[in-house]
Formats: sequence, C-alpha cells, structure tokens
Amino acid sequence: MPEQVVFGMEVFLNGLMAGVLYALVALGFVLIYKASGIFNYAQGVMALFSAMTLVGVMNGQVPFSHLINAIFGTEIHHFGWHLPALAGILLTMGIMVILAWLVQKVIFKHLVNQAPIILFMATIGLAYFMEGFGDLMWGGEIKKLDVGIPQGINLWIDETTFNIFDYGFFIDNLDIFATVVAIFLVFALVAFAQYTKQGRAMRAVADDHQAALSVGVSLNFIWVMVWSLAGFVALIAGIMWGTKSGVQFSLSLIALKALPVLMLGGFTSIPGAIVGGLIIGVGEKMFEFLVGPLIGGATENWFAYVLALLFLVFRPQGLFGEKIIERV
Amino acid sequence: MKFKLLAAAVSSIALASPVFADLVLPWMSYRTGPYAVAGIPLADGYADYLTMLNERDGGIGGVPVRLLECETGYNTEKGVECYESTKAEGSLVYHPLSTGITYQLIPKVTADGIALHSMGYGRTSAANGKIFSNIFNYPANYWTAASAGVNYLLNENSGSLEGKHIALLYHNSAYGKEPIRTLEGLSEKHGFELTLIPVDHPGQEQKSQWLQIRRERPDYVIMWGFGVMNQVAIQEAANIRFPMENFIGNWWAGAEHDVIPAGDVANGYKSLVMNDTGSEFSIYDDIQKYVVASGKAAGAGDNLGTVMYNRSLYMAFLTHMAILKAQELAGTSDISQAEMIKGMEALEITDAMMAEYGLANIGPAFSVSCENHGGPGLGAVSQWDASAGKWNLVSDYLVADMDLINPLIQADSLAFAQENNITERCN
Repeated sequence: MPEQVVFGMEVFLNGLMAGVLYALVALGFVLIYKASGIFNYAQGVMALFSAMTLVGVMNGQVPFSHLINAIFGTEIHHFGWHLPALAGILLTMGIMVILAWLVQKVIFKHLVNQAPIILFMATIGLAYFMEGFGDLMWGGEIKKLDVGIPQGINLWIDETTFNIFDYGFFIDNLDIFATVVAIFLVFALVAFAQYTKQGRAMRAVADDHQAALSVGVSLNFIWVMVWSLAGFVALIAGIMWGTKSGVQFSLSLIALKALPVLMLGGFTSIPGAIVGGLIIGVGEKMFEFLVGPLIGGATENWFAYVLALLFLVFRPQGLFGEKIIERV
Repeated sequence: MKFKLLAAAVSSIALASPVFADLVLPWMSYRTGPYAVAGIPLADGYADYLTMLNERDGGIGGVPVRLLECETGYNTEKGVECYESTKAEGSLVYHPLSTGITYQLIPKVTADGIALHSMGYGRTSAANGKIFSNIFNYPANYWTAASAGVNYLLNENSGSLEGKHIALLYHNSAYGKEPIRTLEGLSEKHGFELTLIPVDHPGQEQKSQWLQIRRERPDYVIMWGFGVMNQVAIQEAANIRFPMENFIGNWWAGAEHDVIPAGDVANGYKSLVMNDTGSEFSIYDDIQKYVVASGKAAGAGDNLGTVMYNRSLYMAFLTHMAILKAQELAGTSDISQAEMIKGMEALEITDAMMAEYGLANIGPAFSVSCENHGGPGLGAVSQWDASAGKWNLVSDYLVADMDLINPLIQADSLAFAQENNITERCN
C-alpha cells in the first residue's frame, strides 16, 4: 500500500479520536440549549472550573487559601489529605450541583421569559465571574491532573498495524479512553432522557416549558438538573483535556472547538454533537494532512469553521437540529 | 518664639533641599488570562525587587521607586491603554512583556521620548540603536536565540549539522514566526534540512503536528511556543516517544509550568535561556528579609526562584543598573525620561556588578551603546531534571552567528526607517 495512504489512515483515525474530544465539550452546550434555549457561553469555563475543583479537592487544597492568608495573616494551604480519583470526582460533582442550583437561583430564575440574547448575555457574565472565582478559590497556577487515565501510544495498535502495513499507527491511550467514556456518556444521557421520569420531564420542558408547567413539572428543578448534567459533562471534558495539558486557564478556550461542532451537528441533538465532532475532527485533520503542506499549514481551526459555515448556508439547523418554523 | 525659629529653620532647610519625585517604573502585567501562569511570577519578581530596593536602600540613589502595575491580560489593546494612562506619570521605562504590545508602542514611545525595554521578545531589529532610538532589547533577542540554539546543536554534533533534519514547531503568530528567517539562513549555511510546523493559537490540539513529526522523524525539534502550546507539545512529544534531549524550546517555552504537567516524561527537555535560574543567588536573602518576611511580597511568595521570577528579577536588576548609570551621567538622582535613555545606552554590566548586587553570574557581562541596543545576544541551554524538579544549565553562554544576523537586523531596521522617515543617528 502506498505510504501516503497508510499515513492518511492514521490521520483519519486520529481525527476520529480528536472529534470525540470536541464532542465531549459540545455535549454540555447541547444539554442546556435543548432544555432551556440558552446558549451557555460559560460551558468552557465550567470545564475549567470543574477540573480546578477536582484537582483542589483531590489534593486537599483549602479553597480561597490565598485570600484567607492575605486577610488574616495565616499560613493555611492544605487540609492534609489526598483523595482517590473517584472520591474526588464525586465530591466535585456535588460542587457542580451546588453551582447549578446557585446559577438557577441567582441568575436564571429572574430571567424567565426574557429574550434569548438576554440569557446569552447572562452566561457571558457568568463565564467571567467563574473565571475570576475559580482563580480566587484554587489559585491561578497550572495544575497537574492525574486521575489514572493512561496516556501515550497504544502498543497493541502500534504492533498490529506495523505487522499489516509495515508502519505502526499512533493512537493515544487517552483518546481511546475518552472515546469509551463518550460512548457510555451518550448512551447514558439518551437512556436518561428516554426512560426516566426526570428525563421525560426534561424533554417536556424542552418542547414547551409553559405546557410542562401546566402539568406540574417544576421548571426550577429541571433547569437545576440540566445545569448539573452540563456540569457533569464539563467535568468529564475538563478531565480529558486537563490530563493532556494540565489544568489552566486555556481549558476554558476548548469551547472554541465546540462551536463548529454545534453548527454542524445542531444545537439540540445529543447524537448530533457526536457526529458533528467526528466530522469536524476527521475533516480538519485530513485537510491539514492533504492540503496543509501546500498552503503553509495550521489550517485546522480555519477549516473547522469554514465547514461549519458551509453547513449554515445549506442546513442552518445543522445535521440533526430541529427546523424551527415561527408563524408571523 | 523658639518654636517659630525652629519651624522657620526646618522649612528653609526643606525648601533648600532638592525635592525628589519618585522614580516611576510601569509594569504591564498579565496576572489574568490564558498566559497568567507566566505573567504572575514575572510581575511578582519585578515588584519584589523594587520593594526590596525601597525597604533596604530607600530607593535608587536616595529616590524612592514607585511601581505602576497595569493589567493587560496579554491583550494588545489593553497594553496600549495602559501606556496611554501611565506615560504622564513620568514613567522611565516600559516593559510591555508582549511582542504585540511592543510593536504598537514603538512609534508611541519614540514620539513621547520614553524608553522601552523588551528583553528577549519584541521587534528583533530594534537592536539597531541608530534607527530605534528609544527601544532596547538587550541582552538577547529571538534571532540570537535561534542562532544560539543551532550553535548548541553544532557543538553536540562535532561542529557539523550537514544532513541533519531540524523541525521548528512554532506558534502561528508574529512571535512564533520571528526565528524563521534566521533558521532558514542557518539551514543554508550549515546544510541541515529545516521543516516549519505551525500550531494555531492556543495550541491545545496538536495531533496533526506530532503525527507529522512522527512520520518525518526529524533529529531535533526546536519550539517557539507560549502558554498551553508548550505543555501540550511536551506531552505529545512524550506520547510519540520523541527523545526529550533532542527537543529544545525557546526561553518562553522553558519554565517549570511548561514541564510539570507532563510529569516525569518531561525529564531531559531543554530550553534556551538568557539568564540563569534557581534561588541560590544571595539576593534572595534580602528579598526574604525585606520583602517576604515583612509581608510585602507581591504574591504568595511561592514563585521565588522559578524561571519566570528570576527573569523579571534580572529585568529589574538591569533597570536598576540603568537608572544608576543615568543618575551618574545626569549628576542628579531625580532623572528625566530622556536621561533614562542615555543611562540605558551607556549601560555596562560587569561580573563584579552582578556579584555586588547579589546576582553573581545570573547572566553574561555586556555593554550597550548608541549603535547597539541589543547587547551581545548570548544564549545558553538549560535542561529539566524532573526528579529534582529543577533546571540545570548544560552549556556555556553561546555566541550567536552575528555575521548572519547583523545583515538581517540592518535590512529590517532600514526598511522601518524608510517607512517612517527616520534618519540614522549615533554618527
């Protein structure tokens, strides 16, 4: 087989894996948009905040210690424990639920029936608040996140492909792990939405929140639940991306990777986020591999948005999004 | 009556004595935003050095130093706003800490007659003092760094890079593209193959780039990165099992926060440096005594001795020495902005001075002149020891290939002079 074809196959597989990571971020956007019509600008910051909280909780770091020490002249930094990853994740999830409750109680409860742009602006405010709040709570320094996810080349794939193609493919163990988690997450979310009482209530609110209210569904509860789920998805995305790069401010920028995925897959479809992520991941990697060297490289961000724009022209609701028809 | 006499005497003495204003030193910090991890220790180091001067010596030459910290978030527009809002305070020298802000401020500081020091970043051709009267980029710049890196590799390969393959992994921005011309010239001169691999901002996803490196198997990778790009690149290099000792970052890609997230696999990664690292310098005794112990540290005191903290200590030291020189030339401690520029142009850093001020061997001895605002352009290489958690210098300060770089500086600065109708000075 020609060398370029073999290399192309490796790039294709890595594109799929990258797409899964993009989809993980996009899922959080979809959940909130689907249930409340809010485009949550703070989703990337939620991933950062949850990852910072996870590291802080696992390492037994005292929250706001810099502030406490500066005000009271104390020297407290750590509780003295080190939690296993699972306990850390559960505790962080608890904190994300509290955050979801606060977001609903303090912000969105007061903005019911406001125009979407007002809700969007509120999430911009929330994003900036959480950026500063996270820094104040856990410190601005870069943090190593290790929850035991394997990283590095998968030797089995390397050896197997080497035996077949005389060239070993590089697939990162972290990406394989992320793929498994993403598949599980999508099935769990779909099952939750289809087969549980709360899930059906969530779908009812998504379809028509006034009708849902009239049959006794609590909007407050559903929105707290949806923001909690989005917090959980943000935590998963934060763990995957934070393991790669360390937990730092730039984690909040992963939202930039989710936008073209959402445009392509649709803002209201969970499977759409996955398929959109895969198309963007494979598309940008293959374009960079085939065309990048001819035009100087670094085409990936550009290509993802161009592809998304093309979809906007021909299918504005995305591949799986609902076509909205409003009567005038 | 006695009291009135005493009051009159005191007031006449006060009137007769010169009234010194503060020496105003602005600092364009980025304690927030995507690059805050580097910006915080940089800001802390500069602030702590100035606090130490005020507490220990009463300032410089008896005049207190006033720090004007302005937050830019590494945003060019905010940087320009910071400049506009602080220049009227009598600011002596600006450290923009960003190549983008530096480019924007070059015409502004030149028109306003204020000095700008971009140490190891900014517009490289500003080293030509004949054209750039107010801009200084001593002791080293990106072009000399690229050359020092290649000279290090030459030393590692018995003086020949013929047939070797070097990849430049760079941030796809004006900053990241700075070394390309130099490396292309050096590639031609020394016969190595150069592959350019750009990474888009912010650099969180680099799979394509590292798959390319894995396919093409370059002998060395030189990285011009910043922020998250560095941490991801080091992790990806480890993932594809690229030998870390053949991976060299520039001096904005070689701090503790760049290697720690990757853990033990970052062991052996190398970085170019323009000054030494660590907390073994005797100045740290004074910083502990006059700044940290008295609760006046700019940060939590946990950045002392880190690469970025040391770099800004070095910046503050060079500013300190330039002010002393300016005071000496002006014959007064209360120097003007114009006198500060003269001080910087006459700056001479000797080994004895570095030792006297507690920073023995932190960098090379060098001098600045009207013609040469760039200093000697020396660069060394340090290597990360993951088990000890510290950087170690693994080379001497290497002389850059000025035969190749000087014509580049000359051509670029003359083009700037033509565009802006600047006539050469220092004649």
